[in-house]
Amino acid sequence: MTSPHLQLVQLARPSTKPKVMVELTVDGKSVSVPEGSTILNACQALGIDIPTLCWLETLKPVNVCRVCVVEVEGARVLVPSCSRTVEPGMKVKTRNKRVDLTRKLVLEMLASSVDLSTTPGMSDMLAEYDAKPERFGECETVAQPVKVDNNLYIRDYAKCILCYKCVEACGDDHQNTFAIAVAGRGFDAHISTEFAVDLPTSACVYCGNCIAVCPTGALMSKREWDMREAGEWDESIQTSTDTVCPFCGVGCTLTLHVQDGEIVKATSPLDHDITVGNLCIKGRFGWRHVQTGQSAEQMSADRANQSTSL
Amino acid sequence: MDIKLLDAEATPEERQAVDARLGEPHAAWYGTQARTTRELHVAFGGKDQRDRRHLLLPALQALQERIGWISEGGFNYVCERLTVPPAEAWGVATFYMMLSTQPRPKRVLHVCDDIACRAKGAKALCDELTGQHGGPLPHGIGKGDGHAAGHAGNGAAPGPHSLARRDSAGRIVIDDSHGAWTTSPCLGLCDVAPAALYIEAGPTVVERSLGSVDGDFAMGLLGGGAEPDDVLASVGPAKETQSTQNTQTTAKYHTVTGCLGEPRLLKRIGVVNPTSLTAYQMGDGYEALEKAFELGPEGVIAELNAAKLLGRGGAAFPTGRKWDAVRQQEATPKYIICNADESEPGTFKDRVLLTGDPFAIIEAMTIGAYAAGCTRGYVYIRGEYPLGAQRMQHAIKQARAIGLLGPKIMKRDFSFDIEVRRGAGAYICGEETAIFESIEGKRGEPRNKPPFPVSHGVFGKPTIVNNVETLANVIPIILGGGAAAAKIGTEQSAGTRLFCMSGHVARPGVYEVPMGTTLGELMELAGGVSGSGKLQCALLGGAAGAFVRPDEMNLRLTHEDTRAAGVTLGSGVVVAFDDTVDMLDMIHRIAKFFRDESCGQCVPCRVGTVRQQEALHRIAAKKPHGSVQDELALLEEIGVAMKDGSICGLGQTAYAAVESAIKRLNLYPV
Repeated sequence: MTSPHLQLVQLARPSTKPKVMVELTVDGKSVSVPEGSTILNACQALGIDIPTLCWLETLKPVNVCRVCVVEVEGARVLVPSCSRTVEPGMKVKTRNKRVDLTRKLVLEMLASSVDLSTTPGMSDMLAEYDAKPERFGECETVAQPVKVDNNLYIRDYAKCILCYKCVEACGDDHQNTFAIAVAGRGFDAHISTEFAVDLPTSACVYCGNCIAVCPTGALMSKREWDMREAGEWDESIQTSTDTVCPFCGVGCTLTLHVQDGEIVKATSPLDHDITVGNLCIKGRFGWRHVQTGQSAEQMSADRANQSTSL
Repeated sequence: MDIKLLDAEATPEERQAVDARLGEPHAAWYGTQARTTRELHVAFGGKDQRDRRHLLLPALQALQERIGWISEGGFNYVCERLTVPPAEAWGVATFYMMLSTQPRPKRVLHVCDDIACRAKGAKALCDELTGQHGGPLPHGIGKGDGHAAGHAGNGAAPGPHSLARRDSAGRIVIDDSHGAWTTSPCLGLCDVAPAALYIEAGPTVVERSLGSVDGDFAMGLLGGGAEPDDVLASVGPAKETQSTQNTQTTAKYHTVTGCLGEPRLLKRIGVVNPTSLTAYQMGDGYEALEKAFELGPEGVIAELNAAKLLGRGGAAFPTGRKWDAVRQQEATPKYIICNADESEPGTFKDRVLLTGDPFAIIEAMTIGAYAAGCTRGYVYIRGEYPLGAQRMQHAIKQARAIGLLGPKIMKRDFSFDIEVRRGAGAYICGEETAIFESIEGKRGEPRNKPPFPVSHGVFGKPTIVNNVETLANVIPIILGGGAAAAKIGTEQSAGTRLFCMSGHVARPGVYEVPMGTTLGELMELAGGVSGSGKLQCALLGGAAGAFVRPDEMNLRLTHEDTRAAGVTLGSGVVVAFDDTVDMLDMIHRIAKFFRDESCGQCVPCRVGTVRQQEALHRIAAKKPHGSVQDELALLEEIGVAMKDGSICGLGQTAYAAVESAIKRLNLYPV
């Protein structure tokens, strides 16, 4: 198996070797994609829209959400387009009654058990597949209190669809910190630290790379969460500006999200070939000094004087 | 990699338990208490340490067996020894139901309340225990739940006896004067229902499979008034079916076996001493391996193909093709795994083979390894089969001692060895890719296929996975020739097959019949319907199988006939239900089984099994959401999504029995 790091390097620096092309048919249209591509890649090349939740271009596909399933001629069951590699002559159907039914049920199952109110694009997805989660009636959910145990980010697992992205980002796909993993089993499976200890006790280094990949807003910076709680968060009036992180010599691109003249969030573009969307604690959270007019060092000194936590 | 551990310290007993499994630590980096100066100048970790990751589950099991539960300190020590990040190890520890991360007394009785035992009064037994002793221990951990003992510090579980408290120094103290009990999915002891598994943690763990358990006997075990052995020996109605204390112990109880025609798979069961390699060799033992060496790898595979041997685990894949596919792989090393994680409710045939004929399994695996070029084998035995694991371990040791395993087997240029791995309470680990994950020391989450095991199996290498019964077929095929074996049974379903008869049949047990035998003949063989004497229906193939009606006794038991009838042979299960059985209750148990055993990885199975259970309960409670017809339509859609959208066979078959209850038994008239 290729290591995820190698895959990322390949992602960043395309090989100069000529690629063998594989021809397949998607929805009756013929397409050629490089060997090793996934069905999803082929669909993207054709401009065919495939819904995804647990897939992200910077992470190994885990194919667990099953919302990207498609029908492949000759296959007994539907296949996840995000991870299935193309084969010559493959015949793929991305939309038909069978595919739509499973996608609809998957969306209904998620929407009936998880709070998807902050999942971007979810209402469109539910409408597209005519999903009616209410038809399950009164049913079990993953509702639980939000975990606020530090000043940098919160974990609201009532919104968690268990896409494994945060675990991957924290683990060997990106950060190699391994502070969280999937624990428990079945419907009780959940993301957890060892013995469910709070984050300050865990191995978490607060890089926030899990927040960056979370598709539902279950992981959110404390700042954003506070603003949402206060009803102040408004993405429609936010601007985003790319700059370079000033903290060290790596030169990560920072995208600063600004609302009403104040930085409210910092991210890094997924297609940035150094960060692939990742930052460290300083890049992701260390921007408050910009609006206080103090330098980070001054703030740090002040903090030490006040002996309060970050 | 350095890892961040919690502060808790392991007790000397915990360290001892882990060290006994992993060997003594050789550096402070891995848990020695003193650091040498040399360690400051030497790099540790790296590939050597990563290669030990697969020992995580055995190390956690060592704690469970010694202490009875996994404390924070013991857990920490395991992580330190293996350099596994604690969060990951936590994910593993909370995945397996036989591992407890909550404080528990040393003695725990696992009472089966699954379908076969339920037909024989398991529910009444559980009610009696709840009344007299208190409720069962909860299963696993809930969402967002950490650890009762580690942080909240209560450790309270239902029951009249407080299980754990903290002393003045903050240490957890467990009251071991009383045992605890918990419900269990099928224990594979359906022939002696109602069954239970008794486990007493300690320096030498005591694990006993018990049959015909009644309330008094169970209370005797929990009360601890007598030594467990005494209780076992003195109580009348309960029969000790298996003993793990001593290999030489002859089981007091033998599973009933029977057959139509010449036995091929059961011929040594109950006849040849399963603990003696000499006894095995006095028959035709190890003649098949010699013949395999003469035939050569291609010859062996040709015989299997000629015999038309199909896998007996449920998927019925041609065994010869599987072996050949692995043989043709260039990557090395190659592995062969004997899948003895038999957990399909109602199945116990593999238990009989493991305990009654372990050398045949070893010989068959050796033949497979020779044919496909494997150098290492694993027998993955479900945690609920202590005697099976012990017999296999003993047999492997004996075979190794005289050069039938290890380097240069029979003085040929062929080396092969086998290791026993025990499961820890997860039905899903019988799935052929979940078994790899479990052997690698991870959560038993199935992988998406392709890539298939023949190219990307355990540790990412080419791997054969065969069911125990499939392997048992190899010996007679090699000895008697593939063509002769193919003459037994039908054109498309060759050979004989083991059926596990339980529920309301007069003589529950394992029966070997040629494929093509009718269901009626099989029922006859097992003594016919017991209980009220009137058959209501039978579950064929296990929880992932389907129900058949009394008017279908002419059904020929072959792949083609069952397929045509819309049912399946599955793992050879027949659980008969007389007309007094509450079938709605059985359906609810099956739905609960899939919900409990879903690994939780993919959405259709994780949520679908819950939604299915909810809909069934709503109908039963006469509170359907909409009409009953609406609920059935919803169930059908959930079923289709689980079948089409799930990663593995568990989700894909989670609706099968429910569907057959609706469509074949008309259990939910509209």
